[in-house]
Amino acid sequence: MEKKLLLSFPPEATFQSFAYELVKDYDLRINILKAEIEIGKGGKLLMAIEAPEENIERGIAYMKSHGIQVSSLANKVFYDSSRCVNCGSCASSCPSGALSISAPDWKLKFDAEKCIVCKLCLKSCPMKLFSIEFTE
Amino acid sequence: MKKTVAEINEKIRSGKAVVMTAEEVAELGRTLSPAEIVEKVDVVTTATFGAMCSSGAFLNFGHTEPPIRMERIELNGVRVSGGLAAVDTYVGATDCNPERPDYGGSHIIEDIINGKDIVLEAWGKGTDCYPRRHVRTIINRDTLNEAILYNPRNCYQNYNVATNGTDKIKYTYMGTLLPHMHNCSYSSAGELSPLLNDPECRTIGLGTRIFLGGAVGYVTWNGTQFNTTKPNNEHGVPIGNARTLAVVGNLKEMDTEFIRGAYFEKYGTTMYVGIGIPIPVLDEDMARRVSIRNDQIETNVVDYGNGCAHVGRTNYAALRTGEIEVAGKRIKATPLSSLDKARRIAEVLKGWIESGEFTLTEPVRPMPAESAVKPLKITQVED
Repeated sequence: MEKKLLLSFPPEATFQSFAYELVKDYDLRINILKAEIEIGKGGKLLMAIEAPEENIERGIAYMKSHGIQVSSLANKVFYDSSRCVNCGSCASSCPSGALSISAPDWKLKFDAEKCIVCKLCLKSCPMKLFSIEFTE
Repeated sequence: MKKTVAEINEKIRSGKAVVMTAEEVAELGRTLSPAEIVEKVDVVTTATFGAMCSSGAFLNFGHTEPPIRMERIELNGVRVSGGLAAVDTYVGATDCNPERPDYGGSHIIEDIINGKDIVLEAWGKGTDCYPRRHVRTIINRDTLNEAILYNPRNCYQNYNVATNGTDKIKYTYMGTLLPHMHNCSYSSAGELSPLLNDPECRTIGLGTRIFLGGAVGYVTWNGTQFNTTKPNNEHGVPIGNARTLAVVGNLKEMDTEFIRGAYFEKYGTTMYVGIGIPIPVLDEDMARRVSIRNDQIETNVVDYGNGCAHVGRTNYAALRTGEIEVAGKRIKATPLSSLDKARRIAEVLKGWIESGEFTLTEPVRPMPAESAVKPLKITQVED
C-alpha cells in the first residue's frame, strides 16, 4: 500500500537518520516530497511510503517511540472551490488523476486519496486557488 | 420558411419567442430537419467562457486641481498606457509589473468590477495647461467617470488543441503541458461556441447586441486576426483558429462571475471573458448551422513544444471523452475554457430574451467576406 505521512520532528529527533532506518530496518520504499527540518530545531517532513501495511505500521510505531508526531496525509491540498470557474486547467496537468473534470456537469472534482502532492495544480490554476497545508 | 429579425423581435416582445441553447438545438437536430427547426425555434443562445488575452478596459480618472497630463501611469504598481490624452488610459489584460508577474491588467479590471480601491500614481512633465507633475491617490469603480471594456480579439472561432512532444514541461497560454504528449488542452465550447453556430457570420456583425461579462455588450468590429482563409470541413466549420470578434461593454455593470483575471505560469496574465451571442433562426440554412454537433466540429492538434507543428486532427466529441488518439498514442484531453460557465451564460441570455428585455439586432455592417492574416516579416532596419 501507499501512504503519505506528515512527520513533525521535535528538536532532539533531528540528530538521527530516520529515513535510513526506515529503509534498512523496516523495508519501506520512501519518497521525501517536502522537508523543512533544521538540525537541533525540529521541523516537518512530508513523505510518501510504499510498503506492506504491516511494515508501515511498525515504522510509524518506531518513529513515534522517538517523539516524532506522525499524521496520515489524506487531504492536504486545498482549493477555494467557491472561486473556481471549472476551466479544467488543473485537471489537465494532474498526473495522478486526483483532479478531474468531465461530462455530464463539467465541474471540477478532487479525489484527495489520489493526490500525490506534486503541486503542479498550484502552478496550473489560472486563478491561483490551490494551496498546500503543510500542517497536521 | 423564412423569418426576419424584426418578426422575431416582435415575438420576443410579446413573450412568444421560442429560445433554446445551442446544445439543446444540437440535440433537437438529431431528430428534426432544418425545415422543422426553423418552424419551431426562433433564437439560439450560444456562449463561451475562456482565456482571451486580447482584452482590456478604457478608464477615465477625472481631472485634479490643478490638472496633470498623465504621461506615465501605474495602477497598483502595474504600468498602463499613458498615451491617451490627459486622464484616459487603456488597461490591457496582459499589462504587468515584471517584479510581480502574477498580478496584472486583468486583475486590475477584476478589482474595478468588484469595487476595490486601487492606487493610481501618475507623472507628467508639466505644461502650461497641465501644470501638475505628479499625483498619487486612490481610485475605484465609483470614482471613475467611465470604465469601458473593449476587447480587440475575443471569441475565437475554433482553436487548436495543444500538446507537448518534448521531454520537458511547457508552461503555455494553453496551460501546463506535460512532456511526451501526456496531456492536451482545448479551448472552445464546441457546439455551444458562438462563431461555430454562425460560421460565416450571417447574423453576427457590427452592432450585434451580446452578453459580455454579465452585462449587455456589443460587437464593434471584426476582431483582429480575423481569418476567413481556414479550410472548412464538410459541415461548413473552419478547422483551426479562424474568425474573431471585437466587443465592447460597460465594465461597471459587469460581474466577476462572468469575467475574471487570470495568470498562466511563466506566461503571464490574461483574462477569462464570458460572452453569449443570440443567433436568430432566420431560415433553413441558419437552422442547419445552429444544429451543429461536437462530432462535426473538427480541429487540429499541434505540438506547442515544437513550433506548433501539426500532429493530428480530432473533433470535440472525441475531446469531451477525456482522451484522444494522436499518432497511435492515447492522450488525456482536458478543457481550458469552462463549459460549466458557458452553459450558465447561454441560460442567462436565454432568460433575458424570454423575459422580453433583450431583443436581437441586425448587423450595421457585415463581417468581412475575405480577410487573411499576415505574419510579421523581419526586415533590415537602417540606423
